[in-house]
Amino acid sequence: MTDVTLSPGKATAAVKRPTGASIGPRWSNALFVAPYLAFYLALLVYPLFKGIWMSMLQSDMFDDTSKFAGLANYYRLFNDKVFIGSVWNTIWFVVMTVPAFVAIGLLLALALNRSDRTSATLRAIFFGTSVLSVTIVTIIWKMMYMPGNGAIAGIMRFFGMEPLAFTTTASLALPAIAITTVWWIIGLPMMLFLAALQQIPGELYEAAALDNASRWRSFWSITMPSIRRTLLVVVIYEIVAQFQLFGQALLLTQGGPNNASRPIVLFIYEQGFRSWNLGYAAAASEILFIIMAVAALAQFFASRKRVEE
Amino acid sequence: MAASERIVGRGIGNKVILASVVLVAIVWMLPIAWVLILSFKPNSELMISTASAFHPPYTLKNYTDIFQTSGVFRWLWNSAVVSVGVTVGILILSSLAGYGFARAEFKGRDVIFILVLLGLAVPEQAVIIARHQIFSDLKMHNTYPAIILPGLSSAFGVFLMTQYFKAIPKDIDEAAMLDNASRFKIFWKVLLPLTIPAQATLGIFSFLGAWNDYLWPLISATKPEMFTITVGIASTQTNFAQSEGLGFLMAQAIFAGLPVFVVYLFFQKYIVRAVAGAAIT
Repeated sequence: MTDVTLSPGKATAAVKRPTGASIGPRWSNALFVAPYLAFYLALLVYPLFKGIWMSMLQSDMFDDTSKFAGLANYYRLFNDKVFIGSVWNTIWFVVMTVPAFVAIGLLLALALNRSDRTSATLRAIFFGTSVLSVTIVTIIWKMMYMPGNGAIAGIMRFFGMEPLAFTTTASLALPAIAITTVWWIIGLPMMLFLAALQQIPGELYEAAALDNASRWRSFWSITMPSIRRTLLVVVIYEIVAQFQLFGQALLLTQGGPNNASRPIVLFIYEQGFRSWNLGYAAAASEILFIIMAVAALAQFFASRKRVEE
Repeated sequence: MAASERIVGRGIGNKVILASVVLVAIVWMLPIAWVLILSFKPNSELMISTASAFHPPYTLKNYTDIFQTSGVFRWLWNSAVVSVGVTVGILILSSLAGYGFARAEFKGRDVIFILVLLGLAVPEQAVIIARHQIFSDLKMHNTYPAIILPGLSSAFGVFLMTQYFKAIPKDIDEAAMLDNASRFKIFWKVLLPLTIPAQATLGIFSFLGAWNDYLWPLISATKPEMFTITVGIASTQTNFAQSEGLGFLMAQAIFAGLPVFVVYLFFQKYIVRAVAGAAIT
């Protein structure tokens, strides 16, 4: 333990003393975490603080200067109708999608929690769309939503209805993005619920069956209490994930019509990389960060409790 | 496999449920089937109406056009380079750090570990403006390192590997220590082989994530020859009406989706486990 050799990795068999690894702290052990820490500091911690600093700058990209402006960017954000609108759009999107992910995910998991081949194939179908990238998913759904030539318009015409212009109608744009998103990544909540259902001891249901409990009854008194924690994890995970809505909105509606479907991340992207208002965009991203950090920490504590149990 | 699994749903009710799920699954597949059919239709017809989808003529022209005119192959190659780079980088860094945090004590380790865990709460969007600035200052945009490196700062893999190393019984490395092996040798020869399941999970998760990543490559790669497939397909999507047309766009989507889908079919079990495992840890 008092060994002063700083690189135990170079110890050779010729040395008789115990120069190999020893239990207890020594600074050379830090070499294992150093490579990752370098990336962590350079590309996460540093940009985090740089971003906070940038959010307090008024940048002028024409002469490449910027001056300290304190909280002016934040003040401007709270008075920016487009930004406030994007916050509400994002919240509305989360409110639409998270319950859908929980309800549909759980229903599919309950129906497909069996070990036959049909169920396995069906699980593969519902999960399969998740591996596609957002750009492919939005092409597919453009072909569904197109007002003139889209599949949904065709179906509506078949039933004698007037086709709706989903992506260009203010009240329908965000729901259309929500439907696309649920279709795209329903597989994850389904799989998480399936994993939870398989943890429930079968004896519980056998006992309930002996008591003549109805399916409905055993669902509420056995299934739901047993998957409570997974339910919480899914809810928090989806809140965090759906708050980051970006690609679907950019590619399906460009945030329109009339800002009706612009989420926060799209606002940040447009301010930062189309208008080059870097300070302003950085301030918006800090607000998003605060909202999401709260949710992420909740997830951390929820899943840690689960592990401890 | 336990018979008890099936007690919840039994008999006729069971069949009704399964039949309705099959129905939902068919509806679920319709959008993909629709695009697949349309991708075989001549462009001139599609521009007028898609109503003729179920009648001939069908054509392969949209697909042959891919080979001639589009950047799809270049983009697929870029995506492969980026995804492999991210995956290999994450596996190396996370394994080393995971072993370090789980086994190799040094002063201040536990505090550092908690600080790294806090990094899990930092979303990419919160740092993306500053990251872009950093790579601009280094004049590195439109290079592979610029697209790859930010992904390596994610704390998720470190967390996963640390948990995994902690779960390995200590007797195993203590026995190796008595044999006078160095720390690195114990890590490399004794413990690392035991973490292969976790490596597979983390590897699949990282690869898929990098392959499908859209926001950072969109910001960092502005030259078409540096686009990843995800960004490239998106770029044709935004100006499809003027230039190539619908049929070509859909053929591209099908073609670009194919590699991932084939991989999914082969490694389905592992992919599902990886993604689900990644979400709950």
